Amino acid sequence: MAMTIHVDIVSAEREIFSGQAELVVAPAEMGEVGIAARHAPFLTRLKPGEVRVKVNAQDTQPFYISGGMLEVQPHIVTILADTAIRAKDLDEAAAIEAKKRAEEMLQDKSGRIDYAKAQAQLLEAMAQLRSIEKLRKGR
Amino acid sequence: MAVGKEIRTKIGSIRNTQKITRAMEMVAASKMRKTQDRMQATRPYSKKIGRIIKHLAHANPEYKHAFMLERPVKTVGLIVISSDRGLCGGLNSNLFRMLLKRMKTWSEAGCEMRVATIGQKAAGFFNGIGANVVAQVSRLGDAPHLESIIGVIKAMLDEYNEGRLDELHVVYNEFVNTMTQRPSVDQLIPIRAEELGEELKGHWDYIYEPDAKEVLDDLMIRYIESLVFQGLVENNACEQSARMVAMKSASDNAGKLIKELQLIYNKARQAAITQEIAEIVGGAAAV
Repeated sequence: MAMTIHVDIVSAEREIFSGQAELVVAPAEMGEVGIAARHAPFLTRLKPGEVRVKVNAQDTQPFYISGGMLEVQPHIVTILADTAIRAKDLDEAAAIEAKKRAEEMLQDKSGRIDYAKAQAQLLEAMAQLRSIEKLRKGR
Repeated sequence: MAVGKEIRTKIGSIRNTQKITRAMEMVAASKMRKTQDRMQATRPYSKKIGRIIKHLAHANPEYKHAFMLERPVKTVGLIVISSDRGLCGGLNSNLFRMLLKRMKTWSEAGCEMRVATIGQKAAGFFNGIGANVVAQVSRLGDAPHLESIIGVIKAMLDEYNEGRLDELHVVYNEFVNTMTQRPSVDQLIPIRAEELGEELKGHWDYIYEPDAKEVLDDLMIRYIESLVFQGLVENNACEQSARMVAMKSASDNAGKLIKELQLIYNKARQAAITQEIAEIVGGAAAV
């Protein structure tokens, strides 16, 4: 029986695979890598592609990932899979979008007053509820 | 009979309200289960990335990442997570009240604050009090995806990298159990390595590909994202359970109110009948 290594494949939203395997093949950024037990500590980015987990001689499980990170410790392999394709300019666009929304909201004065008012009304209602509760207990 | 028409309409309207609150309670209860499952499903990722960060903190990288270095604090960054909708009891108000206290101590210490908001309630609140809102996102729904908060986080990390922030915190409701939600403020940057737990012995380092800087940069961003995302899904679970509890007590209160009003109505009806009889009897006796 070959030596096995513990493999965890997780994405931010769920666990994809967890268990022992003989070999893991992953699409690292500088080329495909195969990891077996007692590999040296290793940290790299992954390209979008296929991860193959060889559980035993008969059983190899393929997983598709859209990029991520790979960490190797002598007895544990961790693959952090991204849930979407990541690229610097895509992230940049998302950041600009988020900032723009904040600016737009600041300009939207009418919305602002409404919210503040609503918050004040909420506090008032809570105070009312509390005094009603007190009255009821006092009765 | 004309007695107590007002009371009867009042009872009717309360009964209608009760129907609505009861329906909302049931919807929240079923959503609550799903959001809790989702919260469980995100735990492995944050646990694993936390483990890698911990390993990294104890390895000897030739490049120390900026997120791990402390610097004097002049400006504090906050990522505040709230719900989009109300009617969930004091969930958001409690969070904001706790946060305001913290903000006060910060501003007394001479720190400025820059805020990024996730969720409409936080956006409304911080605009209302005139805070410096840098980025915001809302309407993420009950099943949020990590991609939708990347922009907000990236905006705050950029601020940090450009030196406009010296600390970054995430503010959200921590899910304790269905009845209890705890407002909490967690520090994201600088990363507190000593809090991450036991260390690996010996002197060692990773093999980095392509090089330490790029890999670490990516890893740190993912780590921060996973922490914020964890906060977001926990806050979602909190929202649903808080709403369920609030709606349950609203339905119960409506029930109590209906009972009381029914009693008053019955008494009034009874009194009217008695009076009528008394009048008839009185009239007959007079004849």
